[in-house]
Amino acid sequence: MANEPRIDEATGVETVGHEWDGIEELNNPLPRWWLWTFYACIAFALGYVVLYPALPGLTGATPGTLGWTSRGALAADLKAAEASKAAVRAQIAAIPVEQLAADPKLLRVAIEGGRAAFKVNCVQCHGAGAAGSKGYPNLNDDDWLWGGDIATIHQTLQHGIRYPGDDQARQSQMPAFGRDGILTPAQVQDVVSHVRVISGEDKANGSAQRGAAIFAANCAVCHGANGEGNRLVGAPRLSDAIWLYGGDRASLTETVTNAHAGVMPAWSQRLDPVTVKMLAAYVHSLGGGEAAAPVAPAEAPAQPATATK
Amino acid sequence: MNVQDPRLVRVDHSKDLGLYAKRKGVFPKKVDGPFRRFKWTVMALCLAVYWGTPWIRWDRGPYAPHQAVLIDMANRRFYMFDIEIWPHEFYFVAGLLIMAGIGLFLVTSAVGRAWCGYACPQTVWTDLYQHVDRIVDGDRNAQLRLQKAPWTASKLARRTFKWGIYLAIAFVTGGAWIFYFADAPTLQHAFWTGQADPVAYATTGILTFTTFWLGGFMREQVCVYMCPWPRIQTAMLDEKSLIVTYKHWRGEPRGSVKSAARSPVPLGDCIDCQQCEAVCPTGIDIREGAQIGCITCGLCIDACDKAMRDIGRPRGLIDYCTLEDATRERNGQPDAPVLKTLFRPRTLVYFGIWAGIGLALLFMLGQRSRLDLSVAKDRNPEYVQQSGGAIHNGFTVKLRNMEDRPRPVVLSIAGLPGGAIYTDDMASNAARPSLQLQVPADETRRLRVYVVAPRGTEPGQFLFQLKAIDAQGGHGQSQTTFTTAKGNGQ
Repeated sequence: MANEPRIDEATGVETVGHEWDGIEELNNPLPRWWLWTFYACIAFALGYVVLYPALPGLTGATPGTLGWTSRGALAADLKAAEASKAAVRAQIAAIPVEQLAADPKLLRVAIEGGRAAFKVNCVQCHGAGAAGSKGYPNLNDDDWLWGGDIATIHQTLQHGIRYPGDDQARQSQMPAFGRDGILTPAQVQDVVSHVRVISGEDKANGSAQRGAAIFAANCAVCHGANGEGNRLVGAPRLSDAIWLYGGDRASLTETVTNAHAGVMPAWSQRLDPVTVKMLAAYVHSLGGGEAAAPVAPAEAPAQPATATK
Repeated sequence: MNVQDPRLVRVDHSKDLGLYAKRKGVFPKKVDGPFRRFKWTVMALCLAVYWGTPWIRWDRGPYAPHQAVLIDMANRRFYMFDIEIWPHEFYFVAGLLIMAGIGLFLVTSAVGRAWCGYACPQTVWTDLYQHVDRIVDGDRNAQLRLQKAPWTASKLARRTFKWGIYLAIAFVTGGAWIFYFADAPTLQHAFWTGQADPVAYATTGILTFTTFWLGGFMREQVCVYMCPWPRIQTAMLDEKSLIVTYKHWRGEPRGSVKSAARSPVPLGDCIDCQQCEAVCPTGIDIREGAQIGCITCGLCIDACDKAMRDIGRPRGLIDYCTLEDATRERNGQPDAPVLKTLFRPRTLVYFGIWAGIGLALLFMLGQRSRLDLSVAKDRNPEYVQQSGGAIHNGFTVKLRNMEDRPRPVVLSIAGLPGGAIYTDDMASNAARPSLQLQVPADETRRLRVYVVAPRGTEPGQFLFQLKAIDAQGGHGQSQTTFTTAKGNGQ
């Protein structure tokens, strides 16, 4: 079948030399631009195979002479991102945390940095919106166990709460009044009644009156005579509308019987100082932050008022 | 094969243009005449506008750039003389682009492919490069000779020299583009000292290459093969569109003056001097009729008019002429009135749409607010219980100041009895009914705002209000929701 290629006289184009039932094929070449693009692609591919990881093997691809890896590229990108933040991080490192507010621009950076760090390290317990859950405080409100000005928050973050690995961790322990037999179950119920009265949940009754005496003898030393709490020992204020472990009778009974002692890690052991500082700025900015005075103004008048009673 | 079927007519395809026909170079001859001079004028104007615009200064005060036309990508602002466009107002730019499109339709229906012939960048730069050819290599015949000449050292030197000029023009063209995107004098300095952003060099490089390649070498092939506009033209042109017409009823049969003496039949006006072909920048023969390669630049009209003048015949054997007028002329009737051709329903409708969009844009430009706020409510947490029983909700409030100066404003709330606001850099007990703030010039200030309302507040809608407290004044408001444990009031 294969004939000699010949010139087709009608078109002036060479044939490929094949013929099927009188039909021949013209040998029209590919467009030159297409061919050159094709050759250029081959040349590029050869170079690529030599320079970059390309040929698959049993345990991995050929490494390529440039030594490029996607992991290495990511590491370089992360390093560059870190480097670009170095200057502002140095600024934050140099400034005491309570003076951050004096530099609005730096504070803004710190809050945003804290927001990012919070999403990685804190949301597991405190929730994505920092609203907490049972046993994990809501950080958006103005109710602070250990204090809500930025320096105190920073201190709490650095050293943690009841964290075994840090000597300066915030320490306190509520006795398990029911479990350890300090109070009888009936007495526990009376204390619960009293606590629900001072928090405005229930009206006073006989049980609450009995409970008031038990409260004064056992609880007031930490929680205050009127249940106003004490930040030095992280004793929650019982007279407000916020409950860490629930304010209904069952939850309160459980709390008084067995006691609770939440733990937070000392973040200075896990994160660098600048990140901890930024976290403090972020938590302080969530809507419940207190002014930088070591004693919140709301607390000050409460104490003499108790004394006069 | 080779069995000849007598019913088949053998067609000689060897002279057809193949699908991949090798390009025949175009070496347009120098020509002079009114259309050529008009083309020079338009070219000078286009190039002046392109190169000059970024260098026009415009005083906008201390907080905004002083460049009349600036597309500031980094800060997402588009400045055009007294108009400043923000990203959320991009519909102005979209409107301008639609106007440009409709404008092209309008111009095409009124005067044919005037855009192709005179103002298209491809035409302008091709014309410029063809002029460089004539300056360096000489006119058409010299260029043809050089093209056919073998590659001697002298030819190589002349080609290198010419391509060097091509490259210089391409560089100046590509380099000018970047000045629309940054402060021109600053960028110029940075560019030459190696301080400019890599993207500036890359853009210059790419545009230098495309200008060099498209203007220096591709030329009319861009119009014939690459550009969609000539194809769209076929749908746009009608019998009243202005096209370059060879009046064959007057010109045919063609023949030189000498052959006319010998011819048994009287010849037409066309003396077959082929000047119309020689001057054509896209290398077509207009005497074959309207065709895709004809950009209606009118240079063949200039060339033909000169030939007619030289032999004492009336001008206009090739002329701008509508199909309708062509028919009338053949029948010996006078041309249709120009105004009637120009103001016909089609052009009027295009003009109406074009002007309508323009007026709508101008109206919106006058109406737009220069001070605004937008409010986004926090979803998590939706509300926060405070120790005293009050509830607070978190919001992200954006205050937008589109003036080129900082403005003092008051942010307040309405519709929430006993409500107060504070920001995330204030202590929670410092909440108050309104906050006085400063919004930086030409910026959107983002604030975290907490709205606190007393115990027992019902959920529902309330307003954030913004009021400028400078001489100019202005205000904005945004409705949003206050959520409590009872829900959001809906």
